[in-house]
Amino acid sequence: MSACLEIRSLSAVLPNGQRVLRSVSLAVQPSEVRALVGESGAGKTMIGKAVLGVLPKSVRIVEGEMLIEGEDLGRLDPKARRTLIGARTALIPQDPLTALNPSRRIGPQMTDRLVRILGWSGERADSRIRQLLDEVQIRDPERVLKSYPHELSGGMRQRVLIAAAFAAEPRLIVADEPTTALDVTVQKQILRLIAQLQRDHGTAILFVTHDLGVVAKISQKVSVLYAGKVVEEAETAQLFATPQHPYTRALIAATPRYTDPYASLKPVDETVLAGLAAEIAAADKDWRPSHG
Amino acid sequence: MDEARILRRGLSPRLWLAGGWLLVALLAAIFAPLIAPQDPLAQDLMLEHLPPFWLDGAEPGYWLGTDSLGRDLLSRLIFGGRIAFIVAFAAASAACLVGSALGLIAGYFGGWADRIISRVVDIWMAFPPVLFAILLVAVLGTGLSSVIIAIAVIDWTRFCRVIRAEAMSQARMDYVESARIAGYGRIGIMLREVLPNVVPSVVALLSLEMGIAVIVEAILSFVNLSISTDDPTWGGIIAEGRLSIHQAWWVLVFPLATLILTVLSFSQFGEGLKARFDPVLR
Ligand SMILES: Nc1ncnc2c1ncn2[C@@H]1O[C@H](COP(=O)(O)OP(=O)(O)OP(=O)(O)O)[C@@H](O)[C@H]1O
Ligand SMILES: [Mg+2]
Repeated sequence: MSACLEIRSLSAVLPNGQRVLRSVSLAVQPSEVRALVGESGAGKTMIGKAVLGVLPKSVRIVEGEMLIEGEDLGRLDPKARRTLIGARTALIPQDPLTALNPSRRIGPQMTDRLVRILGWSGERADSRIRQLLDEVQIRDPERVLKSYPHELSGGMRQRVLIAAAFAAEPRLIVADEPTTALDVTVQKQILRLIAQLQRDHGTAILFVTHDLGVVAKISQKVSVLYAGKVVEEAETAQLFATPQHPYTRALIAATPRYTDPYASLKPVDETVLAGLAAEIAAADKDWRPSHG
Repeated sequence: MDEARILRRGLSPRLWLAGGWLLVALLAAIFAPLIAPQDPLAQDLMLEHLPPFWLDGAEPGYWLGTDSLGRDLLSRLIFGGRIAFIVAFAAASAACLVGSALGLIAGYFGGWADRIISRVVDIWMAFPPVLFAILLVAVLGTGLSSVIIAIAVIDWTRFCRVIRAEAMSQARMDYVESARIAGYGRIGIMLREVLPNVVPSVVALLSLEMGIAVIVEAILSFVNLSISTDDPTWGGIIAEGRLSIHQAWWVLVFPLATLILTVLSFSQFGEGLKARFDPVLR
């Protein structure tokens, strides 16, 4: 059985030649949650955007393959690629406010995709959306469906977006820091909801976060990203028990324990970062894009 | 809470005042032949420079007085409104259609489309607008349609610039990206997702532009470049009133007041509508 998502040696550069992704490889198996962790600017969002086909114009892929359920995106023509991505993937975005169209009511906004893209009947789409709103524990679907996005709270909006993401039964969901924009109490509920729906629907998730606490809670596998390079990947439990790479160890050490939330966040050790920089410089020197 | 909001929206005074004046002026213009107390063209030298109704020497039936040829001022203002509104609606709609469409395309697609459209706008706006208008009318010849064309040709850039900037900021929003991921085509996203978000601004600009069209038409009439027939226009009346300001101030003041009130009402009406249309603002 082929992986739900497979990325092979993906590299991307900016117009000035700077590399934002350095031969990234990772796989997400069906029904698996793969965390992608790393500090700000590591390229986590870039990987998600590359998979979903929405990289910024300035970012160019120079090598590598991406396969969704065994289908190589690079071999498809743009239209077929869009159709495949539209049918099999979905995004749970970071900022639930700008991810909803401010001038359209929630209801039509949610059903529109099922009807126009997937060709469902209006009634089927409507009952599907209501079912999903129930699953994300929205108690007054009537009001929510009639609301404009700005009339809902941040947590409510994120529930709506989670419902929308699962509605079309995608095989893969990219969740890009889905709780970062929310306050702490809501974060926990949202995280629990995503985990719940993921189990119920058997959806694979590429879960982008910079929070190791979240990683521990939700994922089975982890890839640790630094400066666009995967420095370590492992089963989640194993990563915490026996981190292999010094950067991972430093990252774990820098994360406050959940039993002691007031413990201060320690910066990653300087020598570790220096070692990483040397490692990356060495890799860059030998690197030639295999095509493009 | 919902009722309070509806109440607040319903009572927005600027929307009502501006809309009320525009409605009255528009109805008067449409039904001018029924409403106007006198024939706007009928001259009677016995009646020249009659004052408005509350002053000594006023004649019944000539509410706002008469001009130097004895024509009834109120009737001339009412008939002048016809041309003002025709120009306002036709010119502003044409400018809006062209400018908003190009602005939407430039802002949403960016890249080459944006570079070309923005360059054209820059060049266009380098011409001083009034000079541009006079030049155009001189080339096209005077008449209602050339005034309309001139205003549309000059002012589409106003729509283009504003709508481009708005479409551009909308295009960066995550909901546009989500629509891309879901599989919508670019043109579909532009029309279904982005367009509704710029409509409030389009409406506000459209109303403002109608006011501007009224002014430009008045200016062109004032310099005698507008409609060449005898039909009264607000600008034409103002031009005549200027000549007899010492004998009959009302011939200048009433048309000026009408003009200013109408122009202000258009801009306030637009702002009010925008606030009402925009789900985030209201
Ligand atoms: N539109 C863009 N054009 C060019 N470079 C970009 C663009 N967006 C981001 N970058 C660069 O690409 C690199 C990776 O950015 P990315 O957004 O993927 O980081 P991230 O890991 O998601 O960080 P964060 O945790 O802050 O979201 C960064 O160095 C960033 O400066
Ligand atoms: Mg990011």
